[in-house]
Amino acid sequence: MTYATVPDRHPPSPGRRGWYKRNEIAVTPWLFLAPAILFFLFYVIFPIYQSFTVSFYSWDGLSDPTYVGLENYRELMDDSAFEVSLWNNFKWLVLYLLAIPVGLMIALFLNQTVTGIRLYKSLFFFPFVISQVVVGLVFTWFYDPTFGLLNTFLGWFGLPTVNVLGDPTLATYGIIAAGLWPQTAYCMILYLTGLNAVDPEQIEAGRLDGAKGARMLWYIIIPQLKPATFIAFVVTIIGALRSFDLISIMTNGGPFGQTRVLSFYMFEKALSEYGFRMGYGAAIAVVLFLIMLCFIAYFLWSMWKEEKGH
Amino acid sequence: MFPRPIEKSPRAWQLTYQGLLPIALIFWLAPLIAVAVFSIKPAVDFTQGNYWGLPSTFEGAANYGQVFFNSDMPRYLLNSVFITVPTVIGAVGLSCMAGFALGIYRFKSNLLIFFMFVAGNFVPFQILMVPVRDLTLDLGLYNTKTGLVLFHIAFQTGFCTLFMRNFIRALPFPLIEAARVEGIAEWKIFWYIVLPLMKPAIAALSVLIFTFIWNDYFWAIVLTQGPESQPVTAGITSFNAQFRAAYHLMSAGSIVAALPPVAMFFLMQKHFIAGLTLGAVK
Repeated sequence: MTYATVPDRHPPSPGRRGWYKRNEIAVTPWLFLAPAILFFLFYVIFPIYQSFTVSFYSWDGLSDPTYVGLENYRELMDDSAFEVSLWNNFKWLVLYLLAIPVGLMIALFLNQTVTGIRLYKSLFFFPFVISQVVVGLVFTWFYDPTFGLLNTFLGWFGLPTVNVLGDPTLATYGIIAAGLWPQTAYCMILYLTGLNAVDPEQIEAGRLDGAKGARMLWYIIIPQLKPATFIAFVVTIIGALRSFDLISIMTNGGPFGQTRVLSFYMFEKALSEYGFRMGYGAAIAVVLFLIMLCFIAYFLWSMWKEEKGH
Repeated sequence: MFPRPIEKSPRAWQLTYQGLLPIALIFWLAPLIAVAVFSIKPAVDFTQGNYWGLPSTFEGAANYGQVFFNSDMPRYLLNSVFITVPTVIGAVGLSCMAGFALGIYRFKSNLLIFFMFVAGNFVPFQILMVPVRDLTLDLGLYNTKTGLVLFHIAFQTGFCTLFMRNFIRALPFPLIEAARVEGIAEWKIFWYIVLPLMKPAIAALSVLIFTFIWNDYFWAIVLTQGPESQPVTAGITSFNAQFRAAYHLMSAGSIVAALPPVAMFFLMQKHFIAGLTLGAVK
């Protein structure tokens, strides 16, 4: 049977094909999705639901939890530390947005083609690559009242020493400034990429119409940078609400708890030496989650509009 | 090009610009340069208040030697590697598959599942903290690298799937239709057609996730403790406690901890930036 050595390349007739073969296009995506979805449900989606549940209990993490209803949330209302944290979160949100215009300014400054500019761009971007822990350490030393670069610098102008991180009113701003350093670098790189794609013909047309400088920037460049601005906005908001590392490293919430934010306060309540109040911590996390949810909903809505547009 | 190319400006402004660049850079990186200078100074400079003068002796080798041979730092660095590398492989692998499914196939819940991944990726860590820590304890994985890796893979899958799916959406779809007409099995389309085209995305995502995970601090302190499993970001705090007020050693330690992602960035710059700025251009 010599002819049988040639393999049959024709698809088998529909009636004889197996169930999988007949439903291949419908089933394959689910097979490919299954591991990712299972992992994600198990470690991300389900825990969110569990946190909501835990927030109605009083629980030290070891003994049996007791149901307390909304007691944790009622306690939050009278908790002055919670109020401070919430207020600080607001400061973070507003001031962190400065990364966007400053990042744009640096991008405009660096958007040239002189020799060595590539290296300059990389070095300006550098702070983003370093871990926030190291950024925190670096800035703690930068602010140090005895040998910090900041006070050495102020000294040159005959200004008095400022103990930024030791001052309850200044400390949060000092930490935000440290956080702005890598965040600005991130926004800068987004805008540098965006500027690369700006349509040169529109700029020429604008120049012919006599637009230049700030007017050109506002009416012609910035509208074209919209996708970059959107991403910068998303990552900056998320970054501001996620701030934890810097606070933990630089002040550990102090002085007098004045630099706490919700994410840090939650950790402190649930896991640090101040006790294991898992339920109360979960309630704080739920509040933070709900704040974040407003932004997430807005981001998803924008993305959804975009998807529909295609 | 905006702003107007510098070559078209007067010579004087060109020179000013070239002079301004290094000055701006020094200001921008000043806090970091300070730490680098600290790390090569001898201890005596700090006790004598010579913070900003030239180092009285060059002690770079001795300081970094201390970090590498006289502390737990190598242990922490190794832990970081064993946490970061499996996470990168796991998250990128899972998201290649998920991205393929969401990018190529049309089915009812496609967009819903995609948005679940996107939304999950934006969630604050604290809402996951108590349950994930509890889960890890129950699985007997508390204070192990595996426990940390499993969580990281799951969480990073959100961002990675967003990235991969958008990348695959931009691939030429007729290619896949042609393959289907040829009767090629779907998994073969993934393996032989789509996956080779995804190489740039895989490279970009790998460097990004490497950096994110290497720099993670929150989960490291929630799910691990002690030098047997903690990564370097958490280890540096113990290191600093050990060498309290020895600024030359703490600086050297910080630089060592920060270096691997920095090296990764400079080696894979093109991919790194391509990954970070995906979507920044229409």
